[in-house]
Amino acid sequence: MQLTEEERKEAVEKSREILARYDGSRGGLIPALQQIQDVLGYVPAEAMREAAGHFGMPAVDVYGVVTFYNQFRLTPPGRHQVKVCMGTACHMKGGNIIMESWERVLKVKVGETTPDREFSLERVACVGCCTMAPVALVNETVHGKMTPTKVDGLYFSHQLANQQKKEGMPE
Amino acid sequence: MNANKTAAMVLDEIRAEALRSWEQMRQKTLIAVGAATCGRAVGALEVAGVFREEIERLKVDAAVIEVGCMGHCYAEPMAFIFKPGFPGICYGYLNEGLAARLVRDFLVDGDPCVEFALAADGVNDFIPTFQDFPRGLVEQKMVMEHCGLIDPENIEHYLAVGGYGALAAALAMDPGEVAKLVKASGLRGRGGAGFPTGSKWDLCRAAGEKTRYVICNADEGDPGAFMDRTILESNPHLVVEGLAIAAYAVGAGKGYFYIRAEYPLAVERIRKALDQAGKYGILGKSVLGTGFGLEIEVFQGSGAFVCGEETALIASMEGKPGLPRHRPPFPSEAGLFGKPTVINNVKTLSYVPYILRNGADRFKETGTPGSPGTAIFALAGKLVNTGLTEVPMGTTLRQIIYDVGSGIAGNSNFKAVQIGGPSGGCLPGETLDTPIDFDSLTRAGAMMGSGGIVVLDENDCMVEMARFFLDFTQKESCGKCTFCRLGTRHMLGILERITRGEGRPEDMDLLLELAGDIRAGSLCSLGKTAPNPVLSTLKYFRDEYEAHIFEKRCPALMCKDLIAYYILPHKCERSCDACVGSCPVEAIYSNEDRIKVINQEKCVKCNSCLVACPPQYRAVVKVSPPDLAAGKEKENDERKSQDNH
Ligand SMILES: Cc1cc2nc3c(=O)[nH]c(=O)nc-3n(C[C@H](O)[C@H](O)[C@H](O)COP(=O)(O)O)c2cc1C
Ligand code: SF4
Ligand code: SF4
Ligand code: FES
Ligand code: FES
Repeated sequence: MQLTEEERKEAVEKSREILARYDGSRGGLIPALQQIQDVLGYVPAEAMREAAGHFGMPAVDVYGVVTFYNQFRLTPPGRHQVKVCMGTACHMKGGNIIMESWERVLKVKVGETTPDREFSLERVACVGCCTMAPVALVNETVHGKMTPTKVDGLYFSHQLANQQKKEGMPE
Repeated sequence: MNANKTAAMVLDEIRAEALRSWEQMRQKTLIAVGAATCGRAVGALEVAGVFREEIERLKVDAAVIEVGCMGHCYAEPMAFIFKPGFPGICYGYLNEGLAARLVRDFLVDGDPCVEFALAADGVNDFIPTFQDFPRGLVEQKMVMEHCGLIDPENIEHYLAVGGYGALAAALAMDPGEVAKLVKASGLRGRGGAGFPTGSKWDLCRAAGEKTRYVICNADEGDPGAFMDRTILESNPHLVVEGLAIAAYAVGAGKGYFYIRAEYPLAVERIRKALDQAGKYGILGKSVLGTGFGLEIEVFQGSGAFVCGEETALIASMEGKPGLPRHRPPFPSEAGLFGKPTVINNVKTLSYVPYILRNGADRFKETGTPGSPGTAIFALAGKLVNTGLTEVPMGTTLRQIIYDVGSGIAGNSNFKAVQIGGPSGGCLPGETLDTPIDFDSLTRAGAMMGSGGIVVLDENDCMVEMARFFLDFTQKESCGKCTFCRLGTRHMLGILERITRGEGRPEDMDLLLELAGDIRAGSLCSLGKTAPNPVLSTLKYFRDEYEAHIFEKRCPALMCKDLIAYYILPHKCERSCDACVGSCPVEAIYSNEDRIKVINQEKCVKCNSCLVACPPQYRAVVKVSPPDLAAGKEKENDERKSQDNH
């Protein structure tokens, strides 16, 4: 992905700031990457290079770690992250139907981000609310007992909020 | 601090203060809202907000606290109201309106609204207690005793109910004696393998190295299990106490909680608990003034199931990809950074305070000789009462499903119980009297695993279940062993083919053959047990495989490629139109008789119309194989044209 000069600078600065909190012992690598992702939303190549320098290891090894773990993302997420649970209980109660509903309203496939970067759609394996299956998360909020119509409703209310924000904005 | 004081004396001082504020709190009205993750998913925080607002507005002298889970997750959002002069009353299925009403009617006017009460905590004439529930006879709480009744973010509550007393008792003993006591209790690890905990600790104690670590494994990756999450969210100090005792027993100065990334609330609560314990002198340089030093930190997982495996977990803490390695050496001998490391599951550690407080014999009184104590299960799927339960080892699956879970929801019939997650299997009705312990379940073809139970009914397809788990293990295989990586992919490919209706007669034998290879050629249990879901379904539900392969039919009407949605013309009410609006792709139209018809080309099989059709009509049905729908439509047309003639 191409970053603007400004984005690149931010990525490097923020990464350095976070890495400075860790001594160079390698046990700090994953916690540091997690913090970088918390701040930037993903782990850009710049951050991996900085981390490699900080922990004194080849950049390819940092890349190996980042790609091994599902949690790390190499591209920026949408402003809203939709995650659909695909754990056992949710699957048996129609989790795939919920996923397809999201794919339909967002017009993207699982793993993708909408072109306007408003939403990204992902799967998770069980968030531990199996009694409320099927479950979907919009950002950090867990929504239980999902249905296709609830998906439409959630999407609609986000659109509405966005529109209001736009209209409320001064010219 | 006075050097002559024992840990127990130091604790008594801390506890005196905690008891004072606890008593004070109990003197006025208290509302305890269940606010674990699952409660929050259905609006617990909004309910708590309304309680607070109404109390403020009506100027009631009451406090609202957020607590964890009592196990009755099906009735969330829930709250316990303790009002002086009344037994504690638990209300379930709350919403904002009901919360406001309870403040008005009960707190202000003194009417406890028994019609909304689920249970009471003391015997009375109006409301049953939880012990009066059928499950009350089966359940026994060693670990979950205080879950849902104390504020998990307030150490004073834990102290007030006797918390950290077991740690003080341990500190008065020789570390070797502590390990011996745990060994004598017969406690077996609850992380899946059932390894004797005391022996594991002994192995670590015997290692030469003086730098040692203890780790609480809270990676809970089994998709369908939530016991560990609930315990961490509901009573974090209990697990901290267990880990501290383990550290003392093996002489570790440093401990870790390895918590799954998907559990942000558990991370937050454990962090708070560690912070508070440090402030109270329960952790830190001198634990309870004894000079024993212990620091505990949180390490967050990064979303890899295989990292629940102890050697992979260690690799990830060392900043490497989470690949399992050969054992021996076991982590107890050479673990984190090469140092002796005890790794125990959340539940395992949660039993330790109980054993210290009550002794090994008391612990062994419960459960079976080979598997003493209780077992904690997460119940999900097609049950009436889903949730969490703690029952003695040796309880049967039947008791859990029918007494605790109140049987199958809806008008449906039991088909199978999935136990042990991706390493376990699906057991049919005839195995329901199997007592649950480590050894019996393995014999039946499943596994204790971590304790996730998903109950399946006749609408669940067993081939699809097997495909689902293979899809999971195939994605989560770390890729180190060829058989695990490629074998699971191959099996998945076959299962996908079968669920699409493209199965071949030789597929079943091929699956068995691959299962054997994967078992033999995999290093860790992820690979070794990956075929179990396939093997158990092939053993108990072979007929379903056959229907898919030979008749291209899914008997449970679940496999999408093998079903079609169809509206029964004689049942459709015509004028109701409920299904039309529910369809996201506008596939439903009215024919000239205003009977609704589904355009099969457009239908995306989302199930919405089936849900939308009012229960008094039930006109929408699924049929398999799918060409039945087209066939029926043609029949209708023909009948109609004959009528016209
Ligand atoms: C693929 C795989 C995943 C595992 N996941 C977990 C887990 O999530 N939690 C856990 O406690 N143990 C898990 N284990 C078992 C651990 O390797 C280890 O046996 C356990 O943490 C030891 O604790 P215990 O003796 O208290 O059971 C897993 C094992 C394998 C092979
Ligand atoms: S069996 Fe599978 S998950 Fe386990 S080490 Fe081998 S490849 Fe990795
Ligand atoms: S919802 Fe049912 S009864 Fe109503 S029009 Fe559709 S099929 Fe007919
Ligand atoms: S399976 Fe979806 S929350 Fe557990
Ligand atoms: S009541 Fe919510 S986790 Fe059980």
